[in-house]
Amino acid sequence: MAYKSWEEINEKIQSGKVVVVTAEEVIKIVEEKGVKKAAEEIDVVTTGTFGPMCSSGVFLNFGHSDPPIRMCRVWLNGVRAYAGVAAVDAYLGATEPSESAPMEYGGAHVIEELIAGKDIDLYAESYGTDCYPRKQIKTTINKYNINQAFMFNPRNAYQNYSAATNMSDRTIYTYMGTLLPNGGNITYATSGELSPLLNDPEYRTIGIGTKVFIGGTHGFVAWEGTQHNPGQVRAENGVPIGPAGTLALIGDIKKMSTRYIRAGVFEKYGITLFVGIGIPIPILDEDMLIKTTVRNRDIITTIVDKSGKYGVVGTVNYEQLRSGKVELNGRIVPTAPLSSLKMSREIAEVLKNQIKNGLFTLTKPVEKLPSEAKVNKLEIRGHGNE
Amino acid sequence: MSKIKIAMKFTVENVTKPITYHLIKDYNLLINILNADVSLNKTGKLIADIEGRDEDIKSGLEFLGRHNVEYKILQDIIVLQEDSCVHCGACTAVCPTGALSMNTEDWSLTFDQEKCMVCRLCIKACPLRVLRVSDNGVE
Repeated sequence: MAYKSWEEINEKIQSGKVVVVTAEEVIKIVEEKGVKKAAEEIDVVTTGTFGPMCSSGVFLNFGHSDPPIRMCRVWLNGVRAYAGVAAVDAYLGATEPSESAPMEYGGAHVIEELIAGKDIDLYAESYGTDCYPRKQIKTTINKYNINQAFMFNPRNAYQNYSAATNMSDRTIYTYMGTLLPNGGNITYATSGELSPLLNDPEYRTIGIGTKVFIGGTHGFVAWEGTQHNPGQVRAENGVPIGPAGTLALIGDIKKMSTRYIRAGVFEKYGITLFVGIGIPIPILDEDMLIKTTVRNRDIITTIVDKSGKYGVVGTVNYEQLRSGKVELNGRIVPTAPLSSLKMSREIAEVLKNQIKNGLFTLTKPVEKLPSEAKVNKLEIRGHGNE
Repeated sequence: MSKIKIAMKFTVENVTKPITYHLIKDYNLLINILNADVSLNKTGKLIADIEGRDEDIKSGLEFLGRHNVEYKILQDIIVLQEDSCVHCGACTAVCPTGALSMNTEDWSLTFDQEKCMVCRLCIKACPLRVLRVSDNGVE
């Protein structure tokens, strides 16, 4: 089996000779040319996803005022940011609701407005110290006048995710959208055969240090994502059946675009952030190529009753989910996506062109993602719980 | 010729009457049923486009009144701000008539105004808040 090194692929990118295709295009090419020939020709396969990812947020450093303040409590456009770090550092979480309109405006909206270059009201309070005497500050900030603003998302790019339905007799409002009673609809996330980790199911090329497209700019995989669950049950093709691996991603929001980062609201659930991510996969050998030819019909996921009544009520593949209707308990149920496939395709295409034009080289991981971790449950322990 | 969209409510008593038949046969109206929830011994709802000459529409509506069929002319329309839409598809999960659906070729959201019964479920189901209701000025 021929092997192409990361260095060889990067040299091809630099010299403009690289062959890049998207994770959708590769399927047909391999069908026509066969694995051997296609593996020789194709250097990189690009993936893309654009969906609501609640576990997102930004670290900010506002710079010091005169006299300075050690900010203890911070609000940005009326949304609380976590200030339990150094004097003028804060973390603004995407799902943090505003105090005045908690179900309409929150951290994600502030992040989108920051990226758009708008002025944001900053209000902070402190107890005052000898070295930081100021007790209150009220001003406006924007991405041009603060020191740093980088997105650090603890959990993005879920490798597969359960589809959702509702077996109770009333409409429920969830992070998977509005679910109609008595199994009235099914919603699903992930971009299926275009999704980054579904094209590298065993994390051979995506690891810590991998350069990624995030929010319109380049960022990196900082760590395994929270709830990273490589031990999920897998099908014969190695693809997990249900939620599995995740990525913690980092990127400079000063360089991001609101085309690829959008605030969202799920009715009666709360605020979320749509994040656009693309990851290139180097075709090191035939095995890697085969992994990227995964099709929607080969990706199976579970259907979970979000009313909490029945748990897993069925399994389904993405081809069925994409068809618009799925049979569940003998009934035909309409399906609806929550991730934008249109935007996911655009991201895979943009990344493809960046690589072709020598604007994006590949980064070999400095460390592999864990391949054996499992997810713990939070047990209710302690006095009074026996 | 004019076209209106109406929502009709049937009582338990008049749910058994062939109301739509009369609108078509006696008043020469073109009826396109967009959504119906009508069953015996229950109150029913029906949303339809009605097309015909102005005087026929007027007489047809008077006929509904005489038979205790409550109706409301739907003047509002749902407007999609396409340039802000990310085509996620969350709104299609709640649309009862299929007016909002995904184009399975390019996976863009398509909105068929004709099929819309202005139930407004999509307005809140849209995470990006790009669907809104607007008065289109129909009398």
